[in-house]
Amino acid sequence: MLNLTSVDWLIMLLYFVFVLGIGFALKRYMKTSKDFFQAGRALPAWICGLAFISANLGAQEVIGMGASGAKYGLETAHFYGIGAIPAMIFVGIFMMPFYYGSKARSVPEFLRMRFDEKTRALNACSFAVMTVFSSGISMYAMARLIQALHVFDGLFRLLGWAPEGIFTFSIVLSAVIVLAYIFLGGLTSAIYNEVLQFFLIIAGFLPLVLLGLKNIGGWEGLKASVPMQYMHEWKGVAHASTNPMGIEIIGLGMGLGFVLGSGYWCTDFLVIQTAMASKNMESARKVPLIAAVPKMLFPFLVILPGLLAIGLPTPHTTTVVKTMADGSIIHEVNVVSPQVEQGRGLVPAKINPVTGKAMLDTNGDPLLDYDMATPNMLLHFFPTGILGLGLTALLASFMSGMAGNVTAFNTVFTYDLYQSYIHKNGSDRHYMAVGRWATVGGILLSIGTAYAAINFNNIMDTLQLVFSFVNAPLFATFLLGMFWKRATGHAAFTGLIAGTATAMIHHGLTLPMLAHPGIHGGWITVVHTYHSDMAQNFWTAIWAFSANFVVTVIVSYCTMARPESELVGLVHSLTPKPKRPENELWWQRPETLALAVLVGAIALNIFFY
Amino acid sequence: MSLDLRIPMGLMFTLVGVILSVFGLATNGSPIYAASLGINANLWWGLVLLVFGLTMFLMGRRSQARLAELGPVPVDKNEVRRGH
Repeated sequence: MLNLTSVDWLIMLLYFVFVLGIGFALKRYMKTSKDFFQAGRALPAWICGLAFISANLGAQEVIGMGASGAKYGLETAHFYGIGAIPAMIFVGIFMMPFYYGSKARSVPEFLRMRFDEKTRALNACSFAVMTVFSSGISMYAMARLIQALHVFDGLFRLLGWAPEGIFTFSIVLSAVIVLAYIFLGGLTSAIYNEVLQFFLIIAGFLPLVLLGLKNIGGWEGLKASVPMQYMHEWKGVAHASTNPMGIEIIGLGMGLGFVLGSGYWCTDFLVIQTAMASKNMESARKVPLIAAVPKMLFPFLVILPGLLAIGLPTPHTTTVVKTMADGSIIHEVNVVSPQVEQGRGLVPAKINPVTGKAMLDTNGDPLLDYDMATPNMLLHFFPTGILGLGLTALLASFMSGMAGNVTAFNTVFTYDLYQSYIHKNGSDRHYMAVGRWATVGGILLSIGTAYAAINFNNIMDTLQLVFSFVNAPLFATFLLGMFWKRATGHAAFTGLIAGTATAMIHHGLTLPMLAHPGIHGGWITVVHTYHSDMAQNFWTAIWAFSANFVVTVIVSYCTMARPESELVGLVHSLTPKPKRPENELWWQRPETLALAVLVGAIALNIFFY
Repeated sequence: MSLDLRIPMGLMFTLVGVILSVFGLATNGSPIYAASLGINANLWWGLVLLVFGLTMFLMGRRSQARLAELGPVPVDKNEVRRGH
């Protein structure tokens, strides 16, 4: 049970004060819209690099990775190895010259420069919707977590408020704080707070992992406590039935690595905006590479708690009979709720709120609430004091996830939607004002989506689904746009539509093994069954990417190409190589860093084979 | 941007470190540490954070001082923008 004392509250309060304080301190540097939306394009590489990965460290990473670790084991680390690292290397070395060099102020604006207006509009609209959705999910997850952990119960009882209001209170609180510091300091504020959150996560989770490993008997102890396949990243990946995630290697490699990983890291403005805020081209290229280093090490921080949670012994109701010195016999009964008892380790079962009984899957086993793996670990190991720090780290990750989404939204809205279609030639101050109001609007929309329900027992799955519909086709467009000068605007537009449509149709025609048709798929009819949600998501992505690629190529050949002079600086073959800064030593080059990251990633994968 | 992040961040971690260390010292040997396997997590981790915070803060101050010596950076007013 959660007993928060004043020390915990003090730490939490301190964090909120600093977050707002940074926002206030930055306000006087917000003189132009470039300062507000693009951080003045003046930030050092290390800050952008840490913000780059931190922008991604929202609800989906911290809680979701823990949940995935509990559900699938170390294979989750694939998200890092296969999904992210190669994509980050690629975007840093090959794509940044175009993103940064084109001086586009957003990803949709780059599409407008490379392709045409309607491609930009399509991307801007779909991105705006997706980013608000993500922000809403973060908000929801945070509120739900606060509710489940009874964080504010004590506070509410003190103030005499009804506990039903906790959910709304959490949502409003997070919304107001994020709104305040972005309104004041724009992208710089968001980036600074993302870096702050990065260090907070380490501060909150490193002691947790250390304590957990000590408790379970170190690495060997962990290996002995969980099913064997949980401890291997690659073994059994050849066929869907031999690995916990139910995916075969093609699905894993293509789906996760190439398509979803790149689709996110190479095109999602949420992360790209932090790289585009760098002070020069060399920095911008290094940003994703700098980010890749902690990215490789973070599995140990966020996946391990999930594994540990599943590996620790499940609490049971116990009765200990003691015979005391004076001859009396005492029965000491330790009662554990059925929710906990029917779970595994520290992961509780999902309880149907109406019947009070555990919810079952189609095999009759209790469905586990994997999202509670990491929070329960925090509650289990942390005494008051450091517990406040752990909870603050969690809250920080949610809030900065929201903040990144909101800054991406306000930039895309102001530059790509408002300035393009509503008011073309306003003053700079006008657009700054619009940006600030867009922040308010974005937050309100996020609150709306937060009240929409979540049906998956793992946040990751939901987000992967949304991303696969929108992102997977997107990467094909950028790939062709940046490396094939023949790609045309009409082609990009139709390709994007074809890709997203294919994603939806594929989802409607297939179903994961233990699920019922509906939000999990199969809503047209079930033509194929996959071993798991994840496998279905990956294949949706592969289909979407391929459809977009093929359609874009075909339509490009059927439409008129743009004159090459217009594409200089936007396509690889037509862009002069970026100039090296003077006195640059060989180990300072982005390529060297990229190689080091690649070698490190391969080494980690071999180690955890 | 003239605000070096390391200054507020260092300050925050220093304060958190101080709070945790002091609390850890005050509650040394208390049964609350049964959950953390008997280790006084507050004291130890508080000290770690304190050191980290101070390091960040000092690095930030030094960098700020060095920049102040160099003077303001000239802004490139002739930056060519590629159409909207």
